[in-house]
Amino acid sequence: MTRHTLSVLVEDKPGVLARVAGLFSRRGFNIESLAVGRTEYPDISRMTIVVSVDELPLEQVTKQLNKLINVIKIVELEPTASVQRQLVLIKVRADATVRSQVLETVQLFRAKVVDVSPEAVTIEATGTSEKLDALLRMLEPYGLREIVQSGMVAIGRGARSITATAVR
Amino acid sequence: MVFGIPGGTILPAYDPLLDSTKVRHILVRHEQGAGHAATGYAQATGKVGVCMATSGPGATNLVTPLADANMDSVPVVAITGQQSRPLIGTDAFQEADICGITMPITKHNVLVTDAAEIPRAIAEAFHIAATGRPGPVLVDIPKDVLQETTSFSWPPELRLPGYRPTTRPHGKQVREAAKLIVGARKPVLYVGGGVIKADASAELLRLAEDTGIPVVTTLMARGAFPDSHQQHLGMPGMHGTVAAVAAMQKSDLLIALGARFDDRVTGQLNSFAPDAQIIHADIDPAEISKNRRADVPIVGDCKEIITELIDAVRTERETAKKVDLTPWWDTLNSLRETFPLGYDWPDDGTLSPQYVIERIGALSPADTIYTAGVGQHQMWAAQFVKYEQPRTWINSGGLGTMGFAVPAAMGIKAGEPDRTVWAIDGDGCFQMTNQELATCAIENLPVKIAVINNGNLGMVRQWQTLFYGERYSNTDLGTHKHRIPDFKLLAEALGCVGLRAESREEVDEVIAKALEINDRPVVVDFVVGKDAQVWPMVAAGTGNSEIMAARGIRPLFDEDL
Repeated sequence: MTRHTLSVLVEDKPGVLARVAGLFSRRGFNIESLAVGRTEYPDISRMTIVVSVDELPLEQVTKQLNKLINVIKIVELEPTASVQRQLVLIKVRADATVRSQVLETVQLFRAKVVDVSPEAVTIEATGTSEKLDALLRMLEPYGLREIVQSGMVAIGRGARSITATAVR
Repeated sequence: MVFGIPGGTILPAYDPLLDSTKVRHILVRHEQGAGHAATGYAQATGKVGVCMATSGPGATNLVTPLADANMDSVPVVAITGQQSRPLIGTDAFQEADICGITMPITKHNVLVTDAAEIPRAIAEAFHIAATGRPGPVLVDIPKDVLQETTSFSWPPELRLPGYRPTTRPHGKQVREAAKLIVGARKPVLYVGGGVIKADASAELLRLAEDTGIPVVTTLMARGAFPDSHQQHLGMPGMHGTVAAVAAMQKSDLLIALGARFDDRVTGQLNSFAPDAQIIHADIDPAEISKNRRADVPIVGDCKEIITELIDAVRTERETAKKVDLTPWWDTLNSLRETFPLGYDWPDDGTLSPQYVIERIGALSPADTIYTAGVGQHQMWAAQFVKYEQPRTWINSGGLGTMGFAVPAAMGIKAGEPDRTVWAIDGDGCFQMTNQELATCAIENLPVKIAVINNGNLGMVRQWQTLFYGERYSNTDLGTHKHRIPDFKLLAEALGCVGLRAESREEVDEVIAKALEINDRPVVVDFVVGKDAQVWPMVAAGTGNSEIMAARGIRPLFDEDL
């Protein structure tokens, strides 16, 4: 199974998320990550969905998604032809004895410290899921107290806009 | 025409119906009846069927017919009342999240939260239900929205940016298909319900006669191609004819038109039609290559596709070498002659259910419309009634909804009042929905119901006989043993004429009597033997090559034809 990133433009209507999520679950597909947000058009939202699935079932789920009346357009974003980012907030144990080592790791990954307390620091990092996984691996020995991770968002490289071609 | 039942939250929509001269509302006895009636109406007339119910239990009673219409791609609009906006989400009296509940079993649904949106929501519902691959659409309207006043203009502008069904087929794909058709040695036209929905029977007949290719019609497509036609091999699938099943198994090219490679047709998928290339034409792109990879996919309306195919095949034939289909037909004709559809009379002297159904088909007018419940009687009705025209066989194919027949017949009769409507039902099915006969009696919908009464849940019993060592767990309904209910008396209680036949001699006479009665619904209790079985059969989970013509006889397995 390979990982695919789908950028799905939907009408901003009540229940759209339930429709999309329900479709994935009843057809037996597991959503790895899901992010919903606005677009440059007020009545259109974008869902960025990451699924692990083979080529043929992916074609089927895309077709089924397309059948939902509120779904306007679906584009698969190839990793090489798109920028893909996730955000993670990590609360890591860091008292005075290890804090400098933790901060060094933060710098190495070009992450940011957004909150500090005597026993812990909270780190904000963005990147591909591979980079974030690596960061988490590095921080794990210090003690991860809490992780909050967003869904993946992705945008195609170059000047073309998926939304603009969809509404035209 | 609307089928429905009023209730608390839908009352504001019912009040003006009292004054309407354009809309006929038929007050049913159970919302499930309204849903199946709308489905029957839609399939008989080709128009959108409409049903209406109140919130909560009224709406949830529509769940089964909506799922049914969704599986069989029937254009139905359901309008439901909903609790007032301030009460939504508070577990108010008769509140049910019907949009949430029906999301996976409708083509679309919508909760209207603004009175000004009602006209557009209704117009869009009809548009979505009837176009593309048809299906059910539910419009849920809160009571306080129904009570508001708003300005009204018609027709409203539709706003459906994500809905653009493809109807025109791709020219290149059609030419590719034509090339395969002209070159195939063992082609089969695999015809599904989409051909009937697209009103493409005339085009299909032309394509079939132009090419000389054998035709099979699925359960949903019975009537799409005349049964009397020489090129028709009958129904494929679990209870299809040996010739139809074998034709597909041995084929080198399946031309699937508005069909969806359902498991009841393909049997075990990986051994289905192993040598066949696939042309798959359907209006729903998601059906193509869903179960079986298509070599030539064609997305579009079946009528347009077949029309273009006819021309493309003619053009292609001008240059291509002609393939002689005689050896193919020799094989198929020999199968057809060796294994015709048939049945044996029960050894115990009881009445044969197949005979009853065959006689109903033989004695009724040519334009009679038949419907059925689900089970043995349904399969026999598909096998032993001869269908010559589209929209004369209406049944629950995909969902397999027991209890479909009586309410569907009601809807069919409402849509086609001048034609004879027979519901061929089982005693199990009949006991699920017969209350709608009261509706039929009162609303002057003189349908005819043949209860093929074997006292058992016959199809389940057949499986128990074949696969569960004749252990009959909970399939005897007692309709024979105790004669409870007495269907003749029940019919009379419901305002119908009740008749009964228990022997071969009575069958024709009773059918003739039933056909003469046109001022009331008629119920005929045909008391038949419980051991009759549906043959041929491909056992669930096995491959189609293991089709059994009768118990223990495997024609494709035993000899290499």
